[in-house]
Amino acid sequence: MLAIFLGGLLIYCSFEFPLWGDPHAPASTHVSPYYIENTLKDTSVPNIVTAVLADYRGYDTLFETVVIFTAGIACIFLLRTYKTVEPDIRLYRHIPTGITLRIEKGGKFPEGSRHFERLDTAWVPYDLIVKTTCRLVIPFIQIFALYVIAHGHYSPGGGFQGGVIMGASLVLFAIAFNLRSAIRRMGERLIMLLAALGVCIYAGIGTLCMLLDKNYLDYSAFANILAFDPASARSHGILMVEIGVGIVVMAVMVILYYVLASAGKHDEGL
Amino acid sequence: MADGVLEVLISRINYWVYIALMMIGLYGIIIKNNIMKKIIGLSILQTAVILFFVSIGAKRDATIPIIDHTNASAHTEISATNFINPLPHVLMLTAIVVAVATLGVALSMVIKIYREYNTLEEDEILPQLREDK
Repeated sequence: MLAIFLGGLLIYCSFEFPLWGDPHAPASTHVSPYYIENTLKDTSVPNIVTAVLADYRGYDTLFETVVIFTAGIACIFLLRTYKTVEPDIRLYRHIPTGITLRIEKGGKFPEGSRHFERLDTAWVPYDLIVKTTCRLVIPFIQIFALYVIAHGHYSPGGGFQGGVIMGASLVLFAIAFNLRSAIRRMGERLIMLLAALGVCIYAGIGTLCMLLDKNYLDYSAFANILAFDPASARSHGILMVEIGVGIVVMAVMVILYYVLASAGKHDEGL
Repeated sequence: MADGVLEVLISRINYWVYIALMMIGLYGIIIKNNIMKKIIGLSILQTAVILFFVSIGAKRDATIPIIDHTNASAHTEISATNFINPLPHVLMLTAIVVAVATLGVALSMVIKIYREYNTLEEDEILPQLREDK
């Protein structure tokens, strides 16, 4: 009932809304023409979206980044359990012969052996095609992610998008192999440090601007030390900030996957 | 008369789609009993808002808000009518990623609730909550 009532209200209101694609709509008349006309002059960044994101609305993006970071932390606090419970059965595969060993609870097994790999109990068969495909594809995904971050000024892209692509490539690795080998490559501690580092890069750039006698997050301060004109100094500041955002987003995506897929135990997932 | 109705329908199609999505989302949040379905409703609601914002940014006869810097020097006059409004795109760009992160928090709360009460149905959780008191 309430939903239908609100829907009716919204439909009534929408008759007052501007038409599709109206250049004189209120949304397009106040600050947006300023952004469009002055971005290239102010920041020498052709991609207006990136310039508005990281320069004109730098505070907004800073705290969006902090929100993402906080979400990752909250996930860890809610679910992560550090008590390791010994599972009922453990499965190992002898790599040269392909024989799968089943170790009951309490059974002893040399963990460090190179000829055995630990398997998830949920998925025992070989998955050669999936693993090989992912091994081929993941480097290209990561290169593309770095391109999206670094080229955010000139083409559609930026820290958020590139960070998500980077995180997706790591999640793909964790799905195609298993959670254990993903955590072995990209440890929990490392990923948390990366998340904190990203926020620190963003906030640190802002503080650096303050130390150089400008306002917080006013990147034209770098013109004093790096011998740029203020516009291209802003463009470099935007790039550095985007890198920080990308690191945070990447790390938080991976944290979310690790914690949610294994329900906080970090042993077996999906 | 019929032509007038049709014209209203077509000329404001973005608002109709967004209102429909928003109602579906609200329905999911209010009516559904299962927490997981409530979260799905919440996500649909977010999508509706994102769609609304992005559709506001559209401008007729305008291109994407990236200036062709190979031809244009700093002195070329850039007219705001030739580029769509970048502001909604900026806001939604961050909103999408934040939506994913908050969805992660919601899902981890769901896992926690399931561990505690062994169910995700609200009418089964509430009696257990009262017993705990």
